Amino acid sequence: MTQGRGETWERISLASARIPFRLKVGVVWLAIFAVLVTLFVLASFDGDWIRDEFRFVAGGLIYTIYIAVGGIVLAVALATIGALSRVSSNPVLYGVSGFYVSFFRGTPLIVQMFLIYLALPQVGINLQDRFPGIPQTVVDSLVLEAALAGTIALGLNYGAYMTEIFRAGIQSVAGGQGEAADALGMTYGQKMRKVVLPQAFRVIIPPTGNEFIAMMKDTALVSFLGFTLAHAEVFKRATLVGKSDFKNLEALILASGLYWGLTVVFTFFQRKLEARVSRGYVRTPGAVRAKLDSSGSAHGGAET
Amino acid sequence: MTVVPADDERDVVVRVRGLRKSFGHLEVVAGVDLDLHAGEVMVIFGRSGSGKSTLLRCVNFLEDPTAGTVEVAGMTLTGGHRTRRKREQVRRLRRHVGMVFQQFNLFPQMTAIDNVLVAPQCARLGNRDSLRARGLELLDRVGLADKADEHPIRLSGGQQQRVAIARALAMDPEVMLFDEPTSALDPELTGEVLSVMKSLATDLHVPMMVVTHEMGFAREVASRMMFFHEGVVLEEGPPAQIFAEPKFPETRTFLDAVL
Repeated sequence: MTQGRGETWERISLASARIPFRLKVGVVWLAIFAVLVTLFVLASFDGDWIRDEFRFVAGGLIYTIYIAVGGIVLAVALATIGALSRVSSNPVLYGVSGFYVSFFRGTPLIVQMFLIYLALPQVGINLQDRFPGIPQTVVDSLVLEAALAGTIALGLNYGAYMTEIFRAGIQSVAGGQGEAADALGMTYGQKMRKVVLPQAFRVIIPPTGNEFIAMMKDTALVSFLGFTLAHAEVFKRATLVGKSDFKNLEALILASGLYWGLTVVFTFFQRKLEARVSRGYVRTPGAVRAKLDSSGSAHGGAET
Repeated sequence: MTVVPADDERDVVVRVRGLRKSFGHLEVVAGVDLDLHAGEVMVIFGRSGSGKSTLLRCVNFLEDPTAGTVEVAGMTLTGGHRTRRKREQVRRLRRHVGMVFQQFNLFPQMTAIDNVLVAPQCARLGNRDSLRARGLELLDRVGLADKADEHPIRLSGGQQQRVAIARALAMDPEVMLFDEPTSALDPELTGEVLSVMKSLATDLHVPMMVVTHEMGFAREVASRMMFFHEGVVLEEGPPAQIFAEPKFPETRTFLDAVL
């Protein structure tokens, strides 16, 4: 009995070894989707509703992307300045960047969004009461549109995390590299631009990609600040139509799919970029083979 | 201060006076005076930890000397805290001092020719084409013209160090500093680097300060040798004298150990 069962198991595992691993993984994914679809069908999932509302909800993608790209551009700029300050011997730069990182990592993103959206206008108004000399335009400029306030908050918050990533990247560049640049008489700016940052970049890209993916999804938080209907991003639009039609399952699944798709597309480009910046660090197999071939033929030539 | 004969004054390339360097309480260089003259090859040797590398690194201010002065190419810099003004002076001094490191320190993201060109380009020493022609000439001098467009990772250690020598030469330095240039190399690769260094000395008469354990190179190429011991120059002299009749037992012990 045990003998027979062992035999069967043996035959199954032998048969299984002939199926490629990736194919098996694909089957697992399909199975998961099948289970989910079954569950949704049992829950009376309304596919037609999704088709009707797709255009409206997906129309929010452009604003999601605007906010995410704006946020990441601001974050990268802040992180570059912040990281250079963190490795600087200037006490002012070091102190300011340390405060920045500590505050924006130490408080919740949603609180920071509301600080910029709701608290900043109050600061302007109260200051003007005390100092009437402050022109109205300054006070007005502190009243920000929700998407803009959210973008700034995302940039500030992620900039703080990325400051630490960039700092680690800069410090990962071997000390001898900076010394060699110094010994060649380069200025600090030249050393950073030509020698240190390009090498740090390679280390920084993968974690920065992760931060960008996280940020794309945190753009959904902006919807809590308020919105103008025309400029609502994906999550706002999904909840809007989902609640009014009582199709929350469908609406949220749709929103999830859109965010997911966005990250899949981004991950693809991130891989390409990573491959690009690793030039100079890998002896590409093709190149090595070419080298072997040429030396091999030279050797053969010498023999004949 | 030592009194230097007047006829020596004219061709002094590097003049070091009263140089001291401490790390915390540890004094690594404890008062060094030296003159390097035009065309001279000075080999500095001694036990590891004797402070010879630190001395070399003080000459181009990779380490700030605690006290003393360094004079290169008509510029005199004193030790102590590095102020904003001094930082700029240090940078100008370094343009006249080439340095070759133990670990090569080539820039891995650049090709060999770009490694050679980057410093002259930063210093705006000429237009792209003329600089490139000169860079290729330098790579040819170290025997690597055919490797100009390779990244350092595809070069052997000896080839990398030769590119590093070409890179240091690109600024047309008044003096070259070599900090144990062959110590990180496999034994069979040291020869190619040493022969490039020898050709710099004998063909181009580039003044050099070389920290090394390669006593064969010293015997053949050095005009003067300095035995460094516990932060000071214990003795100096031409190789023939140092090898044949060192004045101090410490020197003899060291030479017996490495020869």
